[in-house]
Amino acid sequence: MANEVYVKELELTKADFVSDQMVKWCPGCGDHAILASFLKALPQLGHKKEDIVVVSGIGCSSRFPYYVKTYGFHGIHGRAAALASGIKITNPKLNVWMVTGDGDSLAIGGNHFIHVLRRNIDINIMLFNNRIYGLTKGQYSPTTPLGQVTKTSPQGTIEHPFNPGELAIGAQGTFFARVTDTNPKLMTEIIVEASKHKGTSLIEFLQNCVIFNNKTFQDITSREAKFENQIYLKAGESMIFGKESDKGIILDGTKLKVVKLGEGVTEKNLLIHNPHESDPGIHIMLAKMAPPEFPAAIGVIRSVDNLSYDEQVEAIIEHEKEVSPIHTVTDLLNSGKTWDI
Amino acid sequence: MKSVVDLENVVVRFAGDSGDGMQLTGALFSDAAAVAGNDFATFPDYPSEIRAPQGTVAGVSGFQIHFGQKNIYTSGDLADVLVAMNPAPLKKNLEWVKPGGTIIVDTDTFTEKALIKAGYETNPLTDGSLNDYNLIKAPISTLTKNAAAELGLDNKMVLKSRNMFALGVMFFIFHRDFKSADEYFENKFKANPLVVKSNKMVMRAGYNYADTIEALNRVTYNVEPASLKKGKYRNITGNLATAWGLLAASEKSGRPLFLGSYPITPATDILQELAKHKSLGAKAFQAEDEIAGVVSSIGASFAGSMAVTTTSGPGLSLKSEAIGLAVMTELPLVIVDVQRGGPSTGLPTKSEQSDLMQAMYGRNGEAPLIILAASTSSDCFFFAFEAARFAMEHMTPVILLTDSYLANGSEVFKIPDMKDLPKIKPPLAKPNDPEYQPYKRDPEKLNRLWAVPGTDGLRHRIGGLEKEDGSGNVSHDPMNHQIMSEYRAEKVNRVANYIPDQEIIGDKEGDLLIVSWGGTYGNMLEAVNALQEEGKRVSLAHFNYINPLPKNTKEIFKNFKKIIVPELNLGQFVMILRMHFPEFRFEQYNKIQGLPFMVKELVDRFNQLLEED
Repeated sequence: MANEVYVKELELTKADFVSDQMVKWCPGCGDHAILASFLKALPQLGHKKEDIVVVSGIGCSSRFPYYVKTYGFHGIHGRAAALASGIKITNPKLNVWMVTGDGDSLAIGGNHFIHVLRRNIDINIMLFNNRIYGLTKGQYSPTTPLGQVTKTSPQGTIEHPFNPGELAIGAQGTFFARVTDTNPKLMTEIIVEASKHKGTSLIEFLQNCVIFNNKTFQDITSREAKFENQIYLKAGESMIFGKESDKGIILDGTKLKVVKLGEGVTEKNLLIHNPHESDPGIHIMLAKMAPPEFPAAIGVIRSVDNLSYDEQVEAIIEHEKEVSPIHTVTDLLNSGKTWDI
Repeated sequence: MKSVVDLENVVVRFAGDSGDGMQLTGALFSDAAAVAGNDFATFPDYPSEIRAPQGTVAGVSGFQIHFGQKNIYTSGDLADVLVAMNPAPLKKNLEWVKPGGTIIVDTDTFTEKALIKAGYETNPLTDGSLNDYNLIKAPISTLTKNAAAELGLDNKMVLKSRNMFALGVMFFIFHRDFKSADEYFENKFKANPLVVKSNKMVMRAGYNYADTIEALNRVTYNVEPASLKKGKYRNITGNLATAWGLLAASEKSGRPLFLGSYPITPATDILQELAKHKSLGAKAFQAEDEIAGVVSSIGASFAGSMAVTTTSGPGLSLKSEAIGLAVMTELPLVIVDVQRGGPSTGLPTKSEQSDLMQAMYGRNGEAPLIILAASTSSDCFFFAFEAARFAMEHMTPVILLTDSYLANGSEVFKIPDMKDLPKIKPPLAKPNDPEYQPYKRDPEKLNRLWAVPGTDGLRHRIGGLEKEDGSGNVSHDPMNHQIMSEYRAEKVNRVANYIPDQEIIGDKEGDLLIVSWGGTYGNMLEAVNALQEEGKRVSLAHFNYINPLPKNTKEIFKNFKKIIVPELNLGQFVMILRMHFPEFRFEQYNKIQGLPFMVKELVDRFNQLLEED
């Protein structure tokens, strides 16, 4: 879509993007798998390697730029979206990635997060959601499930967690995908998809923090649960899941419902996934699905076209250059009311 | 007999309700002063509410202009003439009128109800309280209605041009030409010729009224053209000058301008102005908050823009952490702080110099940066340009301090020739430079190179964590932190090698040296001129380069018996001077009322100090 450059011509490989810095995440952390998938995706993006920029805020995930050999900027807590905005608006040719976490983007950086989505600036956000503050060693985050005991909630949390997809789509996000850190192939595919999207894309990685919140997504990602508790949504395909592909999602009145195929229900009755539907209603419902009542939705949940902020800025500049009588600062200084002495 | 009195300079103050059009009246009177060749400076004085209750003192809006045949440096202390459109503006502004000054009022508005609303117990027009003034009682509302009666417009519409009647009166008193005001009406009301006509008629009615009444004692005033240098001039406010100075730096450096900013009084005008100039490639990003304003600018700087953020004191507080990031990443960034009264929300529309310590030290860690301060509305252009030049050439954030008084005040500005401005040469890294290292430094300036994303062969990572000298890799090594902290400090210190020597106005030695900085320049200069005319051995050193200080600062201080540092705060610059130069004794004069210094109070204080042993 956006970049019709032939990958072959660039002849890039994963090795072109491996940095010389030692990766310092804990052994077993989900971040390693995400990094590997990202490095694998980069040569497929169709961008010159110097045109890729990775920025981040603060947190475990935000060390990411050091481990990728591109232009990179490790920012301050919560502000990566603003940093990425300034970079992209300055140079729309750049392919900008923002790596962030649930604390970085949904707590301290919540304001920037919703506004970058609302503006639809053409950057790609990778949100590593591990439902905990890892770098500060185990405090609850805005996505920690209600009631969970953490270091700062010894009696269990009393806060209602955010669902990142619901928040992002509510903020008029045009692209939302979700993937687990246990699925490298799908991670790479979705990273490539997100890069192609014109406008802000958000990928939520369900990421395991092996030290402070181990197995938080076990009910979705474990070997036993993954078939029954995950549904992989593909554009134009019926919403079917289950080990035997025997379950599906229907719209029952105004709500989603899990049904068993057979017993009078056929594939024809199921919802067909349409990520390109501009109405966000079903997308929000899909993003909110969670076990035990529902499977968690995986894949590209929403991908709609809308004008991006940066392309509009360029269009206005081009137009103004044509119609404005002011082409230089000298023109400006001599415009309006002046007099000679 | 009609007589014409020659005056060297005059201060006129227009005052009315927020909706009375006083700013416009003042602007049109300023235009006429420009046409007449006077030098002038103006200052608007308006409430922080958009439209406070009509008729109350809280809702009064004022505009003061100081014009003359000599150089004008301030908008003036006290007014020679006050135009008060209603009782409330009279009540609020009387203290700013010179004893014996002229006051023009609209008698039609002095109703019992209006007097009560303004807080008057008796009618000032009749109770003798204004006996010491030359009071001109004009039924302005009635005369305005009569003047345009033949046009058949409704009264409410016609009364909107009451201010133009007052302007006409002032035009007569000061021998002004209608031309510039006429042009304004023709342009502004292009779509409505009737309104153009009524404004012109009302203004002329005011003029003719003044010509016929006895109240003026048949005296009018002549202010000769000022002996300004030959050239093309315009009127400019500090905020406009700041915006244009930044655009000039962008053009001279070849780096596109990016402004990340959040609206805040009194800095918003700069954002609004830069938003207009997309044809010059300027990108103005109205961010969701102050923090996003500065951080987006840091991102833009990384990506190769000449990046700016504009704000006032409370916003600067919010930006602190991010400015530290710009210090650490050694990226160019201009932070414009249009100072206002603080702390907290403070006095949003009033002026103060109380953010200096915040600019110097308002960040975690050792985070030095360059601080410049503009001294007049028009030199905001030059110092905004300089701030951007230093930011780019030395790869560092620069804070430019202006203030509400400079920002909203205006003065005559000689339009500079872009050819005369210095070239700006940012240290851009060359593509595929095999020697490139993110934190390799220039041996003289100690700056690093600017390697912009998209450039071949320069991929690198930077961030807020401490950097290893040279490579820029993350480093927690103790000695490296010492070295890098010292580099960052020394890089800023060395800027002293690139700034001009501090000038001194007056003799290089004497009894008293006035040391001031930033927006108080005009008042200081007028006070020092007055004292020098009295034969006093007084000189002025007014600082624009605050951090680092000019290298000759100490030499200047040596040759005076006494030094005084007047500031619109409780003593911030003086603290810096005491830190650098403990061998001198610095007297203080601190005013913190949201108002500029008055020349008279400065002269009194300096005389007092001269007389003390």
